[in-house]
This record gives sequence, structure tokens and C-alpha cells, in this order.
Amino acid sequence: MMNNMILALMGTLMYATPLLFAALGGVVSELSGVMNIGIEGVMTFGAFVAATVSFFSGSSILGFALAGVCGGVLILLHAITSISLRADQTISGTAINFLGPGISVLLTKKLFDGSAFSPPATKLPSIFPQALANRFHGTVFEALNGISSATLFAFFCVFLLWFVLYKTKWGLRIRATGEYPAAVDTMGVSVTTVRYCCVLASGVLAGFGGAFMSLSVTSSFSPVTVCGHGFIALAAMIFGNWKPHGTMLSCLLLGFAMECTTLWGGSNNAWLPVPIMEMFPYLLTIVILILFVGELATPKANGIPYVKGSH
Amino acid sequence: MIEKEEQILTAPEEKIIAVSMVGIQKSFGNHLALKNVDFNVMQGTIHALLGENGAGKSTLMNILYGLHKQDTGSIFINGEPVAIKNPKVAIEHRIGMVHQHFMLVPTFTVAQNIMLGSELTKWLGVVDFKRANREILKLSCDYGLAIDTRKKIEDMSVGMQQRVEILKALYRGAEILILDEPTAVLTLQEVDELMKILRSLADAGKTIIVITHKLNEIKQVCDYCTIIRRGENILTVQVDAYSEQQLASMMVGRDIALTSEKKPINPKDTIFEVRDLVVDDDRGIRKVDGASFEVRGGEIFGIAGVDGNGQQELVEAITCLRKSKSGSVKMHGKELQNTTILNVIESGIAIIPEDRQRSGLVMKFSVEENMLLKRYKNPAFSNKGKLQKNKISRFANSLIEKLDIRPPNCAQLPVKKLSGGNQQKVVIAREMSSNPDLLIAVQPTRGLDVGAIEYVHKELIRQRDSGKAVLLISLELNEIMGVADKTAVIYNGKIAKILNTKETNEEEIGMLMTGGGNFACAD
Repeated sequence: MMNNMILALMGTLMYATPLLFAALGGVVSELSGVMNIGIEGVMTFGAFVAATVSFFSGSSILGFALAGVCGGVLILLHAITSISLRADQTISGTAINFLGPGISVLLTKKLFDGSAFSPPATKLPSIFPQALANRFHGTVFEALNGISSATLFAFFCVFLLWFVLYKTKWGLRIRATGEYPAAVDTMGVSVTTVRYCCVLASGVLAGFGGAFMSLSVTSSFSPVTVCGHGFIALAAMIFGNWKPHGTMLSCLLLGFAMECTTLWGGSNNAWLPVPIMEMFPYLLTIVILILFVGELATPKANGIPYVKGSH
Repeated sequence: MIEKEEQILTAPEEKIIAVSMVGIQKSFGNHLALKNVDFNVMQGTIHALLGENGAGKSTLMNILYGLHKQDTGSIFINGEPVAIKNPKVAIEHRIGMVHQHFMLVPTFTVAQNIMLGSELTKWLGVVDFKRANREILKLSCDYGLAIDTRKKIEDMSVGMQQRVEILKALYRGAEILILDEPTAVLTLQEVDELMKILRSLADAGKTIIVITHKLNEIKQVCDYCTIIRRGENILTVQVDAYSEQQLASMMVGRDIALTSEKKPINPKDTIFEVRDLVVDDDRGIRKVDGASFEVRGGEIFGIAGVDGNGQQELVEAITCLRKSKSGSVKMHGKELQNTTILNVIESGIAIIPEDRQRSGLVMKFSVEENMLLKRYKNPAFSNKGKLQKNKISRFANSLIEKLDIRPPNCAQLPVKKLSGGNQQKVVIAREMSSNPDLLIAVQPTRGLDVGAIEYVHKELIRQRDSGKAVLLISLELNEIMGVADKTAVIYNGKIAKILNTKETNEEEIGMLMTGGGNFACAD
């Protein structure tokens, strides 16, 4: 029993981690007033970069870090089109969602002799050093070794983002920019700078999320590695009311839903066909959106390009 | 006319010139907004910038605050030449601006809004809210601007929000304070309060520039007044030396009537009747709570009240844009309540809506298309669903000519290219062209300048004199006093009292508007 609970916890954390990175990216971008549905595409690209880099270099940490960098580079396109060129942010985000997987699949085929899959990647290291991990061997705690250091990092990002957003002057400016950019502009702060920084941060975070998918969840990159996790992350962001801690809780809930699917689907006496059970997290996402979307504190200027002198 | 030589430069020697703008020129595209404007303001005075809408007052001040850049011309602050390329530089030169649309984040507290952009921090950029609260409280005590620093903006009245805006400027050490149309959204009491605040700030040595087109406020509180007309500085005068009438004429460039002339009232039968009307808003809160009144032919029936006392819901219920809970709305004895908008129009009601840009006009449509909006079904204009372009143009051009809508060949022009006054004329033209028995005018002069206001009032009175009825709903008390024959005061969704406008005064109505006075039931 104890063992099963720990296993369920492990699975929940594993599934929640990529969602959390991506959803935090959504939070920081949308709080500054830039809608970011391109997260799915950035995650896919991040997943590809991480798997490839860790295969060639042998370092999963390097792969993880470069996935963040490349996520930032890809999202820069969205930042330019939606902030500087004031394009429609839904369309720009959709373009990213085509571009990210497109580049990834193309390069995978180029690099790995026409295969749509990357070779198995090395997992991100556990939070426990090897010496400590050995001690757990054979006890109920053995499963805890599965907690990835990136999971810990994701939770640290929750704290960091909460701290920046609600305790510092930059947070005050970011949130004001998403609510009423003209107020920020007339006080001598550049709306453009604030938004660029936030969108770039969201790309880095989404890149991390994708990296975790390919390195620690599926262990390789394929075109379906990310399969909608970016959109689920956006739902988690909405359900979490654009707050880091709220987003964390909704990611854990969705992570738990995914873990449930694995647990039920894995047993032979499944009471529903497996494909139907696999729909569970997605259905839950839809239900959440239907139930909560009307009552939330959406940033008022979200998705609206800022034109100087408008209010 | 008066010589331009009467400059404030000849005023008492000991005063310092705080702001001096010399030869300012600014154009937007082909439109020359400011032509070689000079503008001087002395330290410690309240200086009005008077002009019609679109005259260039706001543009001039936006240049001073660094929101626009002048094409040519220079600016001196306390005698020093400065280049104000953005608001940050303006703030550094101790210039503060209170915009017409407040630059406040509704979900933030007072302290957060005041600090934004100039935050007090401890370490790593962590905001020191304690110290900020203390400093803001000290500031508010120093200037007598009491405020609750922890309250959220969205929970505050408009008057208090404006106070936050003023504190925001003072917090940044503003010595020169620009206020853009500061009284446009305030209640009477709040206006009085603001005037006192401005006077005490000026007495404390601050220089205050007020952009306005409200003459009584200039007379009340300003020392000097610069008049701008079509981008040109007409002249600067000492306010004491001129009457409101003279200032108005100088602003418009022609003689103008500030009070409307009316023939004696000649009331006819009751045309329109509202009985015990009850209306809730979207959140289910009761907004109109048993309102009853009737409007007769040949009279203008005014409804006065502070914003948010049920006026909006009342109009929406009458025009069937919103369902009413109970009661009745009768036109010519026929029940209209909770039917359709088309039914309301066909019963002979026309409406000048409160927000012409949002509900009165389709801003991207041309003038003639806007004029057609209510009659596109008319066989004269559409034949089996095909619009009759020629007939529509003829119809539109006749209205444009009749109402003198400018520019004269505007039929094909998108209506958003017109000035506010001319946009309102398009609405009036469309509504009056159906020769309605009842005209409902909601805030018909909002945002219009003196010339356009004069026109709108004349039009309302013409409707009345032709024996038709007018229901005028306005937040401007002097508009009600000047135009309406009968005045109902709405307070908390109830008609507090119905008075003959001639037999009452602003004090009595002002009292009733804020819930004072005895609650006589309407009847």
C-alpha cells in the first residue's frame, strides 16, 4: 500500500513537472499581456533539442539547458511579431506551434538517418546523490530515487516566480503591464522591454518543459512526445488563475490524472478500454476550462498589442 | 478684438516663469495640430488652457509631458532649455500629469499605483511597502489629501481615483502639475473638492495647468487662461478681467449663447409613461426600483442624477435592450415592456445613446451607411435586399446639408474621421429623420465643446417646440437646469422627486441627487 502511494506520488511529480515549467512560462508571458499559445510548439522544439544534445554530448543537463536557450530563441519570433509588429497573437502563436514541431521533425530525420525518433536519451539526474540512493535500496523509499533534480528545479521556479511577481518592483511592473500598459508607459517604464523579457522567459521555461518530456518522461524524442502538453499547461495556468502557486496545484492535479491513467491502464483488469482511459487528463482539462474560465482574473490587457497613447 | 500683446510676460516681476514653450509646431500626417504656439505659465499660479475639442490643447500638454515630440520649437523649464523626449524625462524635470483617462491599474492598491515605476526597494529589488505606505501617508497629510493607501483602485470612487493620480505626481516631486479635463467625470461635490485642492497646491507654490472647456470652472479657480483655437494660440488673459461669455466667444471665434433660449412651455397630452418599473443589472442587483414618470408632448423631461443610480438600466429597459422585472412602459398607451427594439422604434421612439462611438455609430462605416442603419429595410433604400446607392446618397447628402455636418462632402467618409461634435450630428440626423414622437437623449453633449453643445440643445428645444416629447437623461446638472422643463431626480433607482425646473435651483437638485432631502414619492 505504502509502496503504491509512493509510486503514485512519483508518477504525479513526473507528469506534473513538464506541465509546471510550461504553465509558469504561460503565467509570466500572459501576466505581462502577451498571449502565448505557442508554448506547445516551443515545448516540442525543446524536447528535440534536449534529446539530441544529450545523445551527442552525453550530458542530459547540457541538453536541458540548451533546450531552454533554444526555446527562448524560438519564442523570440512570437515576441517580435506580437510586441513590435503588433500582429494577432493567436495567429502568431499558432505559427510557432507549426514551426516548432516542423523544425524538430525535419532535423530529427536529417540527424538520425530518416528516423522519426531520436535514440534513447540519458535521464536527468535524481535529486539524491548516488551514495544516499544506495542506502534507500530495498526500502520503501527506493522509489524516491526517481525524483528528478529538474522536478525540484521546477518547484524552485514556482517560488522564484512568486517572489519576483509579488515581492519585487519588476513584478509590480510586469503585472501592471498586463493589466493597464498605459499606466506603466506614462510612468516612464518601457512596456516593450517588460513584455520582451517576459515572453523570452516564457520561451526558456517552455523549453525546459519540453526537455523534461523527452529526457525523463519518454526517454527519446518523437513527433508525439509533447502531444498537447503545452495546451494542457495553458489550461493549468488558467485553472491556477495566472498565479504561480495556483498553477502549481493545478499542474499537480493534472499530473495525478495522467498518473491515474497509467496505473489503471497498466493493470490487466482495466474496467474501460485503455484508449478511453487515456483521454482522462484531456477530458479533465476541458471540464476545468468549462467550469472555471468565466470567473477568473484574466489580465485585462492580455493579447492586446500596446500602442503608445492608447488606453 | 483684444490685442495679443496682453501677455502674462508683463505681469508682476517677482514671479518666475515655470514653463515656457516657444514656437511649438506639431503635425500628425497632413494635419497641422499646432501652429507656432507660444505658451508661458508662471510659477505658483493656476493656468487654464481653454479650447474646443481638437483645438490642440491636449497635444500641447502631451508634448510638455514627453508623450509626443514637437516638430519644431523649444521648451524651457524655470528658464532652462530642456529636451523632453519621454515621460521619464518629464518626471525628472518635476512635471506631473493627471490624464483624462486615469492611468491607474484597477486591481492594484493605492500604494502600488503611486509607486509604480519609482518603487522604494530594500534588497534585490524587493519592494518596501512599509516605507512606501509611510511616505505616501506623510505626503497625503502634507497636502491634505487623505487616502487609504491599502485600498484597491477598483473599489474607489472616481474622485478618490483622481486624488491618487495627483498624489502619484506629487510622490515624484512634481512642481508643475498638468490636469487634462479633470472635472469631466466628477460629481458636483467632487468638483468643489478638486478646486479646493488645486488652490491649496498653488498656494504651496506648485504650478498648475488645467486643460478644460468648462468656463465656470475657469472663472472659479484659475488665475490665467490661454485660449487655443485650431492649433493657434489666440491669447493669454487674466481670468478676472473677462466674463464667461467673452471667454466662450474667444474660444469659438464667434458670439455664442451659453444659455438656451426657449419659448414658454406648451404641454400637450401624455405621450410616454413609465409605471413602477423594476430593473436588475447583469449581476442581479436591483438598479431601477419602482420608477414612475410620464412625459408629455411639447416638454423636455429631464432626469438628473449622479452616475450609476440606475439611469443606464432605465434607458436599456425602456428601449428593450434589457429585460425589466416588472412595471410598465407605455408609448401612446401601448405596452412596450420586454418587447423588441424594432417595436420600440416603430412606436415612434428615437434615441441618442450615451456612448455615440460604441452604441450610436459604427465607427468604420461611412456617414451615409450610419445614417441608413435604422432604415435599411425601407423599400425606398433597399430593393429586394439590394441597397439603392443613389437614393441613399441623396438622402444622406440632404441630411448633411440640413445639419451642416462637416466636412461638407463627408457622405463616403468613415464616421470616425469626423470630430466628436459632427459624429453626434450624424446620430441626431439619423434619429430625427424618422420624425419621432419621443426623443430619448442620454448625455447628448458628453465630450462636446461649447459650439456643438449649443447646437444639440437647440435641436432638443426644436423637437419640444414642434409639440413632440423629449426625455433628457444627463449627469450635467447645468444641462438639465438649462434645457429641461421638468426635472426628475433619480437616486438609488428611485425617482426621488419631480420638480418644475423653473421653480427649483441647483442646490435643491444637488441635495436630492446625493440622497438628501425628503423622499416624496413621484406623482
